[in-house]
Amino acid sequence: MRYAETGYNLEVDLSRGNIEKVETDRRLTELHLGGNGTAAKIIWDRVPPEVEAFSPDNLLIFSAGLLVGTPVPGCNRTMVDTISPQTNFFSHSIFGGYFGPELKHAGYDKIVIRGKAPDLVYLWINNDKVEIRDASHLKGKGAQETAAIIKEELKDPRIQVAAIGLAGENRLFMASIEHVNASAARGVGSVMGDKRLKAIAVRGTKDLQVANPEELFKLCLKHSQDMHASPFVGDLMAIEWNDAFHHDNFAWGNARVRRKGFWTQEIEDRWKEYTLKIRDRLQGCYNCPKNCHLVVKPPGRQRYILKCFGKGTWHMAAFKEIDFTFDILALSQEYGVDSYAAPQVIAFAIELYEAGILTDKDLPDFPSDSGDRFYYLLEKLVRREGIGDVLANGVYRAARQIGKGAEEYDHNTIKKFEQVPIKLGRVNYPYYLMYCTSDKMAINQTEGSYPQDPIADPVERQKFVDEWIAAPERFKRYFMEWEPRTNPSVEASINICDWNETMHYVDDATGLCAFCSSFRGQFGGGTAYHIYNIPAFINLAAGMNIDADDLWQIARRNRNLVRAINVSRGLRRADEKPPEDHWKIREPEKEKELLDEYYKFKGWTQDGIPSKATLDKLGLGYVAEEFIRRGILTGNEDNLYTETPCYSDEKQKENMQFSALRKSSEFTLTEYLKKNK
Amino acid sequence: MGKLVKKIVRSINVDLDKCNGCRACEIACAAYHAKPRYSSFNPNRARIRMVIDAQNDEWVAVRSTNYTKAECDGRRTYTINGKKYSECSFCGMICPSRDLFKEPDSGLPLKCDMCEGEKEPLCVQICSRNALTYEEREVEVEADEQVKPDEMELGLQSLIDKYGMQKLSDAFARMSQKG
Repeated sequence: MRYAETGYNLEVDLSRGNIEKVETDRRLTELHLGGNGTAAKIIWDRVPPEVEAFSPDNLLIFSAGLLVGTPVPGCNRTMVDTISPQTNFFSHSIFGGYFGPELKHAGYDKIVIRGKAPDLVYLWINNDKVEIRDASHLKGKGAQETAAIIKEELKDPRIQVAAIGLAGENRLFMASIEHVNASAARGVGSVMGDKRLKAIAVRGTKDLQVANPEELFKLCLKHSQDMHASPFVGDLMAIEWNDAFHHDNFAWGNARVRRKGFWTQEIEDRWKEYTLKIRDRLQGCYNCPKNCHLVVKPPGRQRYILKCFGKGTWHMAAFKEIDFTFDILALSQEYGVDSYAAPQVIAFAIELYEAGILTDKDLPDFPSDSGDRFYYLLEKLVRREGIGDVLANGVYRAARQIGKGAEEYDHNTIKKFEQVPIKLGRVNYPYYLMYCTSDKMAINQTEGSYPQDPIADPVERQKFVDEWIAAPERFKRYFMEWEPRTNPSVEASINICDWNETMHYVDDATGLCAFCSSFRGQFGGGTAYHIYNIPAFINLAAGMNIDADDLWQIARRNRNLVRAINVSRGLRRADEKPPEDHWKIREPEKEKELLDEYYKFKGWTQDGIPSKATLDKLGLGYVAEEFIRRGILTGNEDNLYTETPCYSDEKQKENMQFSALRKSSEFTLTEYLKKNK
Repeated sequence: MGKLVKKIVRSINVDLDKCNGCRACEIACAAYHAKPRYSSFNPNRARIRMVIDAQNDEWVAVRSTNYTKAECDGRRTYTINGKKYSECSFCGMICPSRDLFKEPDSGLPLKCDMCEGEKEPLCVQICSRNALTYEEREVEVEADEQVKPDEMELGLQSLIDKYGMQKLSDAFARMSQKG
């Protein structure tokens, strides 16, 4: 009997039109849990490093996390994993909404797609009945438009659809996969487009078994109520009106200008008034009591659902205001472009035009207003028309294709990938490590458990630590030692980076939403899911018997496996750099020490390659063998990772509560940031 | 004129403006009514379902009420604050025109019983946003001897509608003899 998971993957070969339902190996669940962990295993086994992103041999894998479809609240993520055309590395993408639970109820944990369809198709999964259907009538259609047409023609409004828009069809490197209220970002839409797969429609009515239903349900009912009441959980930036944090601190335009003091009460009042005017409601994902999405209907546009920091990226890149973002998102989400990379590549093009590198020849009839320029370039981009064909390859490649000094304007990418636009003063040690070493190439998919800022007042600091349920004891010590305007020690920085990334790997395997888990500890330390209570949910649902240390070990295994895929594809220490002007003041010697020590701690070589000893101990001996065969390792590397126990005298396993949330009635993000930033 | 008697009317009230579309009501309902209890979390087994049309900002929790073998004409639309709703969005009937409130394996009707014995129906308990609230009020009504059919009777009724009384009673008699 399989619990929490269905035990089956759907294997679809679009070249041959072949569809198979394949039983999976239960031992892989014990080793990797599921989600991007088991997806990484499939990619390692079946997509060798010679296979390029746009090869029919590349796989596009949709994975509902291990706990998705169980009553665990806030657990609804579908991971989309493939080899990215932009980086040639393992891509990392997740989306919420309703798709994952529907897939589980249809009887599958994953959809593994290989090959390329001769013409545009869509996949229709109706429990055991699976069809590849013609999608020629959906060509060029918007993502939600596509979903609506499919539901209409299949005559079932309860079908869940994930679709690409024009951007995916045209293989834009920043193409997303769009679902009702969520999107899979970081370029996975381009691979879906390359496979000529317009959409996946799922309907599932089957049962999913869990190991201990009664206890699990009762725990989840209580946890759901606690999560609703907790002011720490959810996307607080979506619902609080003050957004000085992004607007005063993040960089505008092509990640260029910081506008300290931009945020005023007048802006806040005006934006609030406008938002309330066009906002129908706040909305959530499957089985989550929080309100992280905005259902909006801007004048003259169709209604859509907005999520996450897409609320700020467009107008900040364009030097406009919130009304601009609401309006252009109605277009960009239908086209299916990422709200991080797309605004940046457009702002990059505008800078090149102002610098005379792009001219009126490249941009005929280019408007003068920055907002009009965004609409102009968005249309070129999604059609790969003229300069859009170059920009569609992302900032890094476009800069090199354009030449004439355009490379200088590519200053906010890591590993060829556009970053969140942030430009700061002095180097921050934990952040240096997270930027350099994350295989997710996205800081928001790496940071989140340890606070971004220290607490100045020693009494408040102590109080914070005393109530900090989520943290292993060593982090309390680091936090107590942390004075304002100083960096944590090298040891602390390494551990902070390690904890932050580990919790994301837990979420990406289980399907927990980062806004109630891995991302949510950094402001106020009050996350709903942490290393100590997640095992309880896993054990009750999946019938496993793991504790916090076991969970950490699984996350470490998944982290190393993803790392190994990238190493086999050429990733080395030389690639591990922050965006070049991310900090004005750098400390090269310290940075070298940080990276040296981090690699040692992780049990990697000084070139960032997991050692044989580390791989063997993680049960990834087959990776070590392959590395030795390929000459990546000699086999003599004996640097083992450092053990990081979660339990201690102060924190004994027996005393851990199942569903512990930090208690507070007073917390708001606005006040917290005012005080600590 | 019948005799007046006191009766407790129990109802679930729905505030559409408070709903965030999470469908936890479906999950809790399916769990509570599963046999053994909590053994399934399948929304398709729920007696309360969300009618969702995101593009129209339509998020309506509708509770199954009664079984009917016939479709109604169901063509009315209601426009509320500029959003158009179909009559079906608010209708709790278990009818042939749609795939709602039917047990996925057998197709038999699923009827809301307000989670008899619980302090509040489970869908209300899990709805922290208070889109669903529970109300009990005492009313005086004329004594009514007619007992409302429970889920088993509705199931029987739907089988009678499908196969006819004769076939069903033959089958029942045959199965009774087998013990």
